[in-house]
Amino acid sequence: MSTTHRTFWRGFLDCSPFILVVAPFGLLFGVAAGETGLDLIQTMSMTVLVIAGAAQFTALALLDDHTPTFIVILVSLAVNLRMAMYSAALVPHLGKASLRTRLLASYFMVDQTFAVSIRQYEHAPERPITEKLAYYFGAAASICPFWYGFSLLGALIGKSIPESYALDFAIPICFISLVAPMLRSLPHLAAALTSVTLALLLAWMPYNLWLLVAAVGAMMTGARTELWVKEH
Amino acid sequence: MSPDNGTIWIVIIGLGIGTYLIRLSFLGLIGGRPLPEWLLRHLRYVAVSVIPALITPLVIWPNATGGQPEPSRLLAALAVLIVGVWWNNVIGAIAAGMLTLYGVQFIIGSM
Repeated sequence: MSTTHRTFWRGFLDCSPFILVVAPFGLLFGVAAGETGLDLIQTMSMTVLVIAGAAQFTALALLDDHTPTFIVILVSLAVNLRMAMYSAALVPHLGKASLRTRLLASYFMVDQTFAVSIRQYEHAPERPITEKLAYYFGAAASICPFWYGFSLLGALIGKSIPESYALDFAIPICFISLVAPMLRSLPHLAAALTSVTLALLLAWMPYNLWLLVAAVGAMMTGARTELWVKEH
Repeated sequence: MSPDNGTIWIVIIGLGIGTYLIRLSFLGLIGGRPLPEWLLRHLRYVAVSVIPALITPLVIWPNATGGQPEPSRLLAALAVLIVGVWWNNVIGAIAAGMLTLYGVQFIIGSM
């Protein structure tokens, strides 16, 4: 097996724990979309075109609330603005790929593929771009089919899952497990604490603006702390 | 009353195109041009800056409980955090979280 092949499967494996999380979340989306009034084709169109769970759930909640259409789109997009930061963070690693490859990589840019890939790239920044791409698409190949498949399953089986299963909590569990190992370095810890504190203090802000302010504030804290650590 | 078909399709297509353009933004436009060091220094902290803020309200004010803090979810989040920091193991942390979530719900349910 070639190195590129091996790296693809390495990305596939490294991202595969998140199948455990993406699957119930996709299932829940399929169920919730049906409850909101989306038919099977609409549910699957949203899942395939958007592939961003948090924004899809935001859109469902707002559609249910009879919010003006442009507000539904705007607020759901605000939830996804974090991906502009992912996009920028991937430039140093994937920016030299062909335009067609970057168009495809952009489609698969979800929280999980970004998080496992960036962790790998920071661990081994000198790897050639072909391997970085193989790792990225390996990660996407492991979770994205489960996102589509379980959304479909959720839309088909509908309301037969009892609420006592607390499937809503799959996403926080997934994200905490991903962030926790990063908290062993001081700048990362400082950034995470700032992020949580600002999210709590600014929760009153409308349209998910608190998310953006907290993220920018936390990034600045992380960068400052990194400089401070270097000086001491 | 559920939203009408036209509205649903506008949201699906608008959100789909908008989300794709956000993802493409930097990766599509900037291409191979190098980014300055100060920007890179900030970008190293993107994940650890966005994700905690994104999940904090979901942990403390979950939608499923109508926004009320709930012990099984709080303890499950704490369990994932501790196991994740301590053992640096994603699957172990997820398992600890799910066990705590269902364990505490079972105990509360049988009280």
